[in-house]
Amino acid sequence: MAKNAWPAADKRDLIGERISRLDGPVKATGHAKYAYDMNRPGMLYVRLVWAPYGAAKIQSIDTSAAKAIKGVAGVWNEMNEGDEIVHAGQIVATVAATSEEIAQEAWRAVKVAYEVKQPQMNDTVLENADEKEQRDEIPDAATVDKAYADAEVKIDGHYGLAPITHCCMEAHGQFAEMKDGDQYIWPSTQNVSAYAAGLTDAAGLPASQIHVDCQYMGGGFGSKFSSDQWGAICSRISKETGKPVKLMLERDQELMVAGARPSAFANVKAGATKDGKITVFDSTCWGSGGMGTSRGLGVPYVFGNVPNIRRVARNVRTNRGSQRAWRAPGHPQACLVTMAALDDLAAAANMDALEFFLKNLDLTERPDVYREELQIAADMIGYKEKAHLRGDSGDGPVKRGLGISIHMWGGGGHKSECNCTINPDGSVSVALGTQDLGTGTRTVVGIVTAETLGLPLKRVQVNIGKDQYPPSGASGGSTTVGGVSSSSRDAATNALNMLLEKVAPSLGVPVDQLEAWDGKIQVIGDPSKSVTWEKACSMLGQIPITGKGSKPTSDGTELDNSGVGGVQMADVSVDTETGRVTINEFVAVQDCGLIIDLKTAESQVYGAMIMGVTYALYEEAIYDPITGRMLNADMEFYRLAGLADVGTLKVHMMTGPGYDERGVIGLGEPPVISPGAAISNAVANACGVRVPTLPLTPDRVIAALEQGGKLA
Amino acid sequence: MKSFEYAAPQNLDDAIALLASGEAAFVLAGGTDLVTSMKQGIVSPARLVSLKAIEELKGVDTSGDTVKIGAMTSLAELASNESVAKLYPSIVTAVNKIGSAQIVNMGTVGGDLCQYPRCWYYRNGFGLFGMENGQPLIPDGENKYHAIFGNDGPAKFVCASSLGPALVALGATVTVRGADNQPRDIPATEFFKTPQSPEDPLTAVAVGEVVTHVAIPAKATKNATYEIREREGLDWPLVTATVVYTDNGGKAQDARVVLGHVAPVPWIATGAAAALEGKAVDESSALEAGAAAVEGATPLSKNGFKVQLAKVAVKRAALAAAQA
Repeated sequence: MAKNAWPAADKRDLIGERISRLDGPVKATGHAKYAYDMNRPGMLYVRLVWAPYGAAKIQSIDTSAAKAIKGVAGVWNEMNEGDEIVHAGQIVATVAATSEEIAQEAWRAVKVAYEVKQPQMNDTVLENADEKEQRDEIPDAATVDKAYADAEVKIDGHYGLAPITHCCMEAHGQFAEMKDGDQYIWPSTQNVSAYAAGLTDAAGLPASQIHVDCQYMGGGFGSKFSSDQWGAICSRISKETGKPVKLMLERDQELMVAGARPSAFANVKAGATKDGKITVFDSTCWGSGGMGTSRGLGVPYVFGNVPNIRRVARNVRTNRGSQRAWRAPGHPQACLVTMAALDDLAAAANMDALEFFLKNLDLTERPDVYREELQIAADMIGYKEKAHLRGDSGDGPVKRGLGISIHMWGGGGHKSECNCTINPDGSVSVALGTQDLGTGTRTVVGIVTAETLGLPLKRVQVNIGKDQYPPSGASGGSTTVGGVSSSSRDAATNALNMLLEKVAPSLGVPVDQLEAWDGKIQVIGDPSKSVTWEKACSMLGQIPITGKGSKPTSDGTELDNSGVGGVQMADVSVDTETGRVTINEFVAVQDCGLIIDLKTAESQVYGAMIMGVTYALYEEAIYDPITGRMLNADMEFYRLAGLADVGTLKVHMMTGPGYDERGVIGLGEPPVISPGAAISNAVANACGVRVPTLPLTPDRVIAALEQGGKLA
Repeated sequence: MKSFEYAAPQNLDDAIALLASGEAAFVLAGGTDLVTSMKQGIVSPARLVSLKAIEELKGVDTSGDTVKIGAMTSLAELASNESVAKLYPSIVTAVNKIGSAQIVNMGTVGGDLCQYPRCWYYRNGFGLFGMENGQPLIPDGENKYHAIFGNDGPAKFVCASSLGPALVALGATVTVRGADNQPRDIPATEFFKTPQSPEDPLTAVAVGEVVTHVAIPAKATKNATYEIREREGLDWPLVTATVVYTDNGGKAQDARVVLGHVAPVPWIATGAAAALEGKAVDESSALEAGAAAVEGATPLSKNGFKVQLAKVAVKRAALAAAQA
């Protein structure tokens, strides 16, 4: 019998290799069809009329002019007179027309009158926090106060991160079509299997009659779990008109309403002994995720075993679009606040930051992993040669510095079901209702299945992205790879065992002495006693066999795990005359258990580093304080890093003994947690002052340099 | 966007005739600003008159005592012209720093001069002065990219032209032609206008006129542009400075210093030029020029940092010019 447990290193042909993603060619050539690419004769185009104010009351909605335009199929009020607007971008009305241009013309013709109110937009000051929303953790105030008072080295710092958006390249939305009474949906989603459930009311159909297909999608980062209000509007209009309907958000609305990472600000008092042992971490944190509530920050981050900890947490309500889970929710914020404060503490102790971090690793849950990773990262970036104490960076206006950050994440697999079918002609397909966010999920499923069956990757047909397949969890929280690798391994193993049963008599050995290897079914370790894969499959007769697999696996074998650590180091230059920060080199060292595809794993980390440089240096949602409008709801002033901005990126994945046997662990979130902190610390090391708030734009850097007397 | 007429005349006379229908007829050059503005509903022309097919508006003529650049010459062609590269490194830098191959290839010299501000209040439909119900939003709003000079009137935006500061500093002349078919020369120093009311134009180009070419004295000068921006990818400068002078035995003569992206027009820094005049351009005089350039700056609530940037840009442009 084939076993579920992952094969030993010498029995891995595909797992852990650098394998190009299966859908690379169709994406690179433009053949991959996204929701945006769906078109049908007679389709309708939808535009959403949105509120241009952060706080207002609707006085009237006049759709008559829009309805009168030729080609307009319908105009619907989504809100009514007297309704309150609590953030710009809220959907007020919907227009559907036979062309995109007509839809836009009608969209402009809808006249909405507002009674405009003063919005609350400022989340940077603690005074704006809602006193009723407190999530404080103060074990013993007197002890914490005393620990800070007694600390031989101490800092009293302020840190922050501006609100940012998800800014997915592919906007949110879907295409809907009615056929034979059923509704077919092509969405951009991180949650194929559960997507239809959100549309039953709008479509007036049971989930069984709503069919979802998302083969490719252009980024979600935690913002695409639900079908959302716009999905419901699209389904409703398709049902009502009987026509195919396309509804994708425009870029401005996408940035205003379809994803936001909450801001975070913190005042931190931290202390240490004079030889650099952390003794106290006392924080007051606040932030805003729009009108929602904040959970506070888990600080001190990673160094959770600092002896004296106080957390005061407040929430500021602002008239901005609501927060959504943003890749590693809460972690980049907690990481910046903690690592920046500790880096400041190291500087206050006049200590090298690496030495300081190493000295305090016993306050983390995984000191050995961090120690090994810190050493590797230091070697990769040339830490010994480049390191200097804070601000000790030579003459000339351009200063160079290094920064360190460490992070953690869970990453256990989600629930998943999978079918693996072996056909009598030898062809193999695997089906599960997961989705590939661009991370390589499709490729990972193929690799696991092919490895299990001893076949080349190209022999496996991978079917994902449809809710007709066995259900799989949403792709969030780095849970996908653990889930789908478990269920597909389980399914392929079960299918293989059914095949081995058929083959065993012809080879004259019991089933448990057979294995699938190198395109053959053979007696374990003896290729001379074998049959080819095709010959073996022909013994199935007329009927294919389907092995069912799941996470948790059918035999209880645990193939995934949880809990990773990572280290990142940045080498930056700061022009102390202009406040410009540039990345020279940026290094990431990451563990994630057994790696299925080294290439897509590394790509995942590279992508996270680029995203991290972006939020560290450029990204910020900027709102007008009077109207509440997001002023940079575009990709011109909502800046993302380009290739010329990211410097030299280096990735090292921890693999081999100590890591592989832990099983598969998710990788989506962890590498995006540290960049802000590592880069902020590098800037402080370079120019001698802490620039408190991300992104580290020239205005902020100049202000900090000026305040610290370091402006050249 | 609203439906509109599209005309693609083959010669300048036809183009001018087609533009005679008044303010609702717009000139389409490279389209990098106009087309996006139409899509955003910021402008709604009734007619577009494309100049793409008009050969007489294209190319760089270096045969005379001026370098004559057709208004429909692409920014890429301008920057890659050998004479331009030799005589005007300040222009080459201004073009290359745009950072987008698409804009540099599609964008034209005339279009660059006539483009509208990137002010995010303007682009969000609050008008050139950023007004909501008669209330100006910019003074108490998000003004970190706005003007630090020439902002005492209602206009707080900064001129978006990449070539403007260099052309002003180099003493260029912009030629336009209108319904009377007579070429009209406008010194670059008088080309850009600061509007005082929402109806005022941003340039000296009258309704119905077309920019035909730009002429720059073909004179050997020391010149350079220095630009400070947030990122290397496609972006707008926070501040630019162009410094031009004639090298007279190691001393600067006829020095001119023009700042970009600090005012509604390219900002002529007379004091900075005076600080260089008659001196060797070195670290010390460049520093003085930088300090002189920002005298009298009137930053808004959030753009004080641009004063520092302007100072540094002038200093670095002067030093780059000396190296040129």
